[in-house]
Amino acid sequence: MADTIFAYITHGNAVADDTALEMIGAARKISPAAALTAIVVGSGADVDAVCSQMSASFNEVWKIDDAVLAYPNAEMIRKLLVNILPEKAVILVPHDTFGMDLSPGLSIKLDCAFLSDAVDIEGLEGTVLKAVRQEYGGAVSTHVDCDVSRGAVINVRPGAFAADESKSASGKVVDKSSLAGDLSCGRRFLEVVEAEVGDVDITKAEVLVSVGRGIEDEENLEIVEELAEAMGTVVSCSRPIVDAKWMEKSRQVGTSGQTVKPKVYLALGISGSFQHLGGLKGNPFIVAVNKNPKAPIFQVADVGVVDDILEFVPELTEKISAA
Amino acid sequence: MEILVCVKRVPDTAENEIEVNRDGTDIERDDLVYSVNEWDNYAVEEAIQIRDRVGGTVTVVSVGDEESEEILRREMAMGADKGVLLSDAAFEGSDGRGVAAILKAEAEKGHYDLILTGALADDGAGEVGGMLAAMLDRPYASLVNHIEVEKGQPTIKVGREIEGGNQELNEIDLPCVLSIQTGINEPRYVGIRGIRKVASLDIPVHGATDLGIAPEQVGAAAALVKRRDYFVPDLGAGAEILEGSTEEVIDKLIDILKAQGGLK
Repeated sequence: MADTIFAYITHGNAVADDTALEMIGAARKISPAAALTAIVVGSGADVDAVCSQMSASFNEVWKIDDAVLAYPNAEMIRKLLVNILPEKAVILVPHDTFGMDLSPGLSIKLDCAFLSDAVDIEGLEGTVLKAVRQEYGGAVSTHVDCDVSRGAVINVRPGAFAADESKSASGKVVDKSSLAGDLSCGRRFLEVVEAEVGDVDITKAEVLVSVGRGIEDEENLEIVEELAEAMGTVVSCSRPIVDAKWMEKSRQVGTSGQTVKPKVYLALGISGSFQHLGGLKGNPFIVAVNKNPKAPIFQVADVGVVDDILEFVPELTEKISAA
Repeated sequence: MEILVCVKRVPDTAENEIEVNRDGTDIERDDLVYSVNEWDNYAVEEAIQIRDRVGGTVTVVSVGDEESEEILRREMAMGADKGVLLSDAAFEGSDGRGVAAILKAEAEKGHYDLILTGALADDGAGEVGGMLAAMLDRPYASLVNHIEVEKGQPTIKVGREIEGGNQELNEIDLPCVLSIQTGINEPRYVGIRGIRKVASLDIPVHGATDLGIAPEQVGAAAALVKRRDYFVPDLGAGAEILEGSTEEVIDKLIDILKAQGGLK
């Protein structure tokens, strides 16, 4: 099973995403001996540049070059993958907004299993892949058995697997463009609308006071604004606060919001989903305040306080202001 | 426009702390408060707003046991016109692919221009919408945070949430399947009175025979992905938890913040 494992390479500005080398780490956990083939889809010089980068790390690199693939339209890419992949293929895809778009439907068209958002892989036993997933926003984990006898599409969580930086392969690039087939589809890419720049740039802040669902009510936001003021910094937030329209999208930390790199990060009433933590770079010192002692944020924080932010934060502000 | 919205009854994570039960076979289900999956609720709101602009009907459908009827009724109180419960002992233990196959059978009984699902649910897989679209051979877009529908047009415009807070705009042919991201709208409040108003409406139940589904195509036996157990991973030390009275904790925290450069 799985003599060859395929990895779908996402890329931007002619550079492969970090997940490219992480998928090698994941593939090795499935089968240490499997040959690894990277699939690079795109257009022109960009795709050539990424193929060249990948040939240092993969045994083979399949290139699909077509002007209509300059933007990765998952509907088109699903069609071409069905055309180029062999029967019973095992393919890894990053679990990002592209992989979430592509993979469930791809598994149906390949008539194989789909394993979503794998955070760890224990290995293959016969035709059963043993893996680890998370549920309920990371509150609990599960061991799962995935039947890969008909192949599998496996979405791999970004950042969950160690990247293989060894660059020990010297794979040849194989142009598979002629096998891509008809790429017409019922969904046409129009444009990317860039995120609006807000009144406050949280990406530049060295200290962030960040608030999540634990604030409970819009009018309670005042207490975190007062704390930020006392600390001479600004307020950022997690997704539920933006979904509720209590703060601007430009204040949201996370993979679907801003990437920030403060020195100190106060996570107030934030549970700590991987999407939120994905926006936190540069290894900041994290202080978490949450009334739930089992909140996932305490596993990544440096210092934790188990308390209700509605009571704790005003007292903290008062003490800081008085100093 | 005929719209089908797929909804799921899930433990309400805002109301419960999710914990693993003693033997790791399940989460602790005693005293759990259930509600409609948050993403699905945004999808229903979006469907209602589209119907109110261009006309048509909104049907909500759920795969589950008889307790799922309460969430269908809740979404009907929001404004959905019809509810259908897909329930059968043969459906139990289905994986995402099995759930999509059950929904496909129901979808094919109608003539839906638009099928919506939530982008994610409790299990975090985010798979049913894309699988359903592929099974129906309809175009699909995930993580949709914006929909523009013009009456009588064969296409709609949809925005997808992508990395960095950016939005990807697409034109997509009808009929299609979309999975909806939270924040696309502000779901309306449903009060007890609203639910009372729809209390007597009939919610038909369709089983495997009604849907023409062979029992071996769905359920635990057909599942390619199976959960073995639940656990809480040991991720090492984790945070140093500050102990003591609130005053003591605050003093310690202020010292730490000063040492780390968080306070001047």
